[in-house]
Amino acid sequence: MIPGQFSYHAPATLPQAIALLGEHGYDAKILSGGQSLIPLMRFRLAQPAHLVDINRIDGLAYVREEDGALRIGALAREADLDAEPLVHERYPLLADAIAVIADPLVRNLATVCGNVAHADPANDHPAVMLAYRAEVVAEGPSGRRVIPIDDFFVDTFVTALEPNEVLVELRIPAPKPGSGGAYQKLERKVGDYAIAGVAAQIVVGADGLISEAGVALTNVGPMPIRASEAEESLTGRHPNEKTFADAARLASDAADPVTDLRGPADYKRAVTRTLTARALQRAAERALS
Amino acid sequence: MATTTTEQLGGYGQSVKRKEDPRFLRGKGTYIDDIKLPGMLYMDIVRSPFAHAKITNITTQPALDIPGVLAVITGKDLDAAGLAWMPTLMSDRQMVLPVDTVMYQMQEVAAVIADSRYAAADGAAAVEVDYEPLEVVVDPFKALQDDAPILRPDREIKSNRIFHWEAGDSAATDKAFAEADVVVEQDMYIPRIHVASIETCGCIAQVDEVSGKLTVWMTTQAPHAIRTVFSLVSGIPETKIRVISPDIGGGFGGKVPVYPGYVIAVVAALTTGKPVKWIEDRSENLQADSFARDYHMKARLAATQDGTIKALDVVTIADHGAFDAAANPSKFPAGLFSIATGSYDLETAHVEVDGVYTNKPPGGVAYRCSFRVTEAVHMIERMVDILADEIGADAAELRFKNFIQPDQFPYKSPTGWEYDSGNYPAALQKALDQIGYQDLLREQQEKRERGELMGIGISTFTEIVGAGPSNTFDILGIKMFDSAEIRIHPTGSAIVRIGVQTQGQGHETTFAQIVADELGLPVDNIIVEHGDTDTAPYGLGTYASRSTPTAGAATAMAARKIRAKAKELAAHLLEVSADDLEWVDHKFQVKGSPGSSKSMAEIAFAAYTNHPQGMEAGLEAVSYYDPPNLTFPFGAYICVVDIDRGTGMVKIRRFLAIDDCGTVINPMIVEGQIHGGLAMGMAPALLEEISYDEHGNIRGGTFMDYLLPTAMETPAWETGRTVTPSPHHPFGAKGVGESATVGAPPAIVNAVVDALSHLGVRHIDIPITPWKVYKILEEHGAAE
Ligand SMILES: Cc1cc2nc3c(=O)[nH]c(=O)nc-3n(C[C@H](O)[C@H](O)[C@H](O)COP(=O)(O)OP(=O)(O)OC[C@H]3O[C@@H](n4cnc5c(N)ncnc54)[C@H](O)[C@@H]3O)c2cc1C
Repeated sequence: MIPGQFSYHAPATLPQAIALLGEHGYDAKILSGGQSLIPLMRFRLAQPAHLVDINRIDGLAYVREEDGALRIGALAREADLDAEPLVHERYPLLADAIAVIADPLVRNLATVCGNVAHADPANDHPAVMLAYRAEVVAEGPSGRRVIPIDDFFVDTFVTALEPNEVLVELRIPAPKPGSGGAYQKLERKVGDYAIAGVAAQIVVGADGLISEAGVALTNVGPMPIRASEAEESLTGRHPNEKTFADAARLASDAADPVTDLRGPADYKRAVTRTLTARALQRAAERALS
Repeated sequence: MATTTTEQLGGYGQSVKRKEDPRFLRGKGTYIDDIKLPGMLYMDIVRSPFAHAKITNITTQPALDIPGVLAVITGKDLDAAGLAWMPTLMSDRQMVLPVDTVMYQMQEVAAVIADSRYAAADGAAAVEVDYEPLEVVVDPFKALQDDAPILRPDREIKSNRIFHWEAGDSAATDKAFAEADVVVEQDMYIPRIHVASIETCGCIAQVDEVSGKLTVWMTTQAPHAIRTVFSLVSGIPETKIRVISPDIGGGFGGKVPVYPGYVIAVVAALTTGKPVKWIEDRSENLQADSFARDYHMKARLAATQDGTIKALDVVTIADHGAFDAAANPSKFPAGLFSIATGSYDLETAHVEVDGVYTNKPPGGVAYRCSFRVTEAVHMIERMVDILADEIGADAAELRFKNFIQPDQFPYKSPTGWEYDSGNYPAALQKALDQIGYQDLLREQQEKRERGELMGIGISTFTEIVGAGPSNTFDILGIKMFDSAEIRIHPTGSAIVRIGVQTQGQGHETTFAQIVADELGLPVDNIIVEHGDTDTAPYGLGTYASRSTPTAGAATAMAARKIRAKAKELAAHLLEVSADDLEWVDHKFQVKGSPGSSKSMAEIAFAAYTNHPQGMEAGLEAVSYYDPPNLTFPFGAYICVVDIDRGTGMVKIRRFLAIDDCGTVINPMIVEGQIHGGLAMGMAPALLEEISYDEHGNIRGGTFMDYLLPTAMETPAWETGRTVTPSPHHPFGAKGVGESATVGAPPAIVNAVVDALSHLGVRHIDIPITPWKVYKILEEHGAAE
């Protein structure tokens, strides 16, 4: 499992990285944690002629709450977020997901931004970001732009990023009072990509009714899926078993899985229902505690 | 005063820390890939994307144009040297490189030799091969139909049937079934799985420029047998071939066969005059190396209404892939599958196996299993549960009722084996007591009433290990004895060389313990060597739990020869007749005079400094041990599972393994073997499978999809032991390395089926994936 030949670049600044990307266009790939890209290269499924390693660029490895959002820098690793008490206290959906992504060795290197930028429907963070209604910050030759998450995923492995743009930051809106979230993932074994995964984020208002809901699905379609009808069915209702069962059915309808080594399509649809109900149940417990 | 108790010496029954661990734990082992020779070249292999195809053209120039690439070897090149085919251990033949047809996906097609691993890999990617796809046969049942293409036109017999093999008494079995009150029948499939050892296969081949001697460092479990085969095939005398098997990162049967890569590397070393290294990558290892299992069985049990089992009948289709390259003793094309009657006293039995060619990689290796015992145990342990379900009996009670009783040993089985010793009721009773069987049954009842799914599964298996007696067991004519050579140095330390080859079993420790106890020398003063054909005595290698039953016995016998000579030396030193001496507390002592004694260290010194006139100096011995019988370890395993009704996920809550492997040399090592074996037994039960689509494309050929269990999937194993020594082994030991892999899968399946039995479920084929379970739950309205 030896990759083909490639040139390796290690720019010291973002502008240098962006310039290199501009120079080599689609022949170049950004290397961040390398935990998706390097396996693809070793199998020779990806053979980029140029690797632009952004790991030597200072100032990208942050995670902090600022101006009403949790800001995750391009080089913040899964392990960095896991070590941050703020993430566990205020962003339990995110914390849940990190704990079930790959294994500790991978999480020491893998970046959250890389996970989203890779746009693999099997990755867990895309659904998490959809449920949070996060924003993506991209930097290119003409500066920064903010992309709403719903516009970010274009196709399997394809995003709204231009080849000369770097995903520099993810922004998750800070939780309102009465917020709760949870991630439920079913996997064949620990460290595996999901058979199906469900991210749920809700806000329970002072009146005891659900005022906002985000529900998104992992690995049950060619792209991460927002279960819009499930979200709509939740708003304005009491957070109880019946409400969740109805939403779970709608989420399951939104799934568009294929039969593969992670199980038959109808199985994946069925467990999407189970996982949605469980994720919402847990999210509600957290919202109300 | 020299140490004399078994405990101080580190003898039998002592949990001596493994001598090999300091180097392994510090990363200081020497595996093939750690060896680097000056001027060494690297080989990479071009493999077929098709499962069955004609090769119409191979263009090597693009590879040769890559800087660093020195040569490309194809089947035509090998054919010119008469090396395009090689013999297999099962008297079939196998392509080294194909001349015109590929037989399975990932088959070797050409080899690229380069001055770096990177150039070799780039070269392999650059070789252009044109294929013309042929009809693919992946289903062995279809392979047996009249209209199936003949996959091996090179053979004289134009059929995809490799062999038909039977054991037992067909007429008596038919009669028993005709007269039976109750007959249960079940189809079962044990899928293809892979040993997936952490170290992949590889070798370095080197030819000495001056002497012409060929040295091959290779990942092999059987270096001597390999050398003999190399010598027979090539005509090079054994003095000019040296096979060295250094530290091996797991064998499990997968390192018994000879793979094409080894042979091509040797050819490359001969043609380039430089050492050539070949190391498989993980995908090559999983996708092309020999697989295990792949047995389609139709089993029937005949019984009386009260549950006395009378007869067993099994008809099996064995998918052997494109070449019969299984690694069984030569007279046993279906291995020891006829052990199928297990721990039960049946009147009669009949077992049939048909081996079949398909467009899949060859193999049928004994994956941590003494030649098809795993398949046999799975079948009989499932069938006993199915019978229990049929007649409404408790699975434990039915086993007690049908066990071979302790006073029936040595027991002659209906298929002709003679079980050496056993006490099955004691093992099962101990397991039931230890796990709290009655409480579990009560808990299960309560849970069922609440709609929760919990199951309890039992497996009371018997193994058959230690091949084997020379009257029945050979590999290509070489008898399956094994050997040991012990030399005591003047100051009472010793070197032991053995004919078997460790791949993690701890031989460097346990074989030293045998010598320590037999000769009264501290275990720390004994080193064990193996794996180098220039220095180790001839033996057939380590697999099928044979090391302790064969080479372990040889080690004890060699030690006893030394003790006999030591007695003469002690008599000389003590100036008494040898008849007046007795071996007490690990030293020779004058009968009735405990003050007058000689330790082995004192005797050893005398062997070199003060031996009597007329006696040869030195203190050493060799033993080639031909076991009188196999050994029959056994165990009683109980598994408790919980099933998630919303996902079909099975969780093993508890797993208890009571094992009996006779006399235990090192309890800690036995425990380690059981733990590892249980994980490897759980894996195929719930996770692992290699399957193929209709085009012969492999599914599950990487660790992404070939699901090795981790510490997170495995439960906290509970273990226990009973001790029933083997009556014929010099110190009563049986094998143990494979018991758990063999015994665990049916315990797990029985537990899952038990959890669902009230829904009418009788059997589920392994691996029991969550979607298989969920489908059952949905069909019975039991899903969440
Ligand atoms: C054994 C194993 C198990 C895994 N299991 C899971 C799992 O269960 N769930 C899961 O979600 N993931 C899993 N992963 C994937 C892992 O989380 C990856 O690390 C992640 O998908 C990508 O992050 P990375 O930083 O490693 O990106 P890289 O591999 O470096 O890059 C991935 C892709 O994104 C691009 N890219 C990276 N960073 C940026 C950026 N800042 N801007 C623009 N483009 C960028 C790269 O060019 C490349 O195309 C697993 C990986 C392994 C090796």
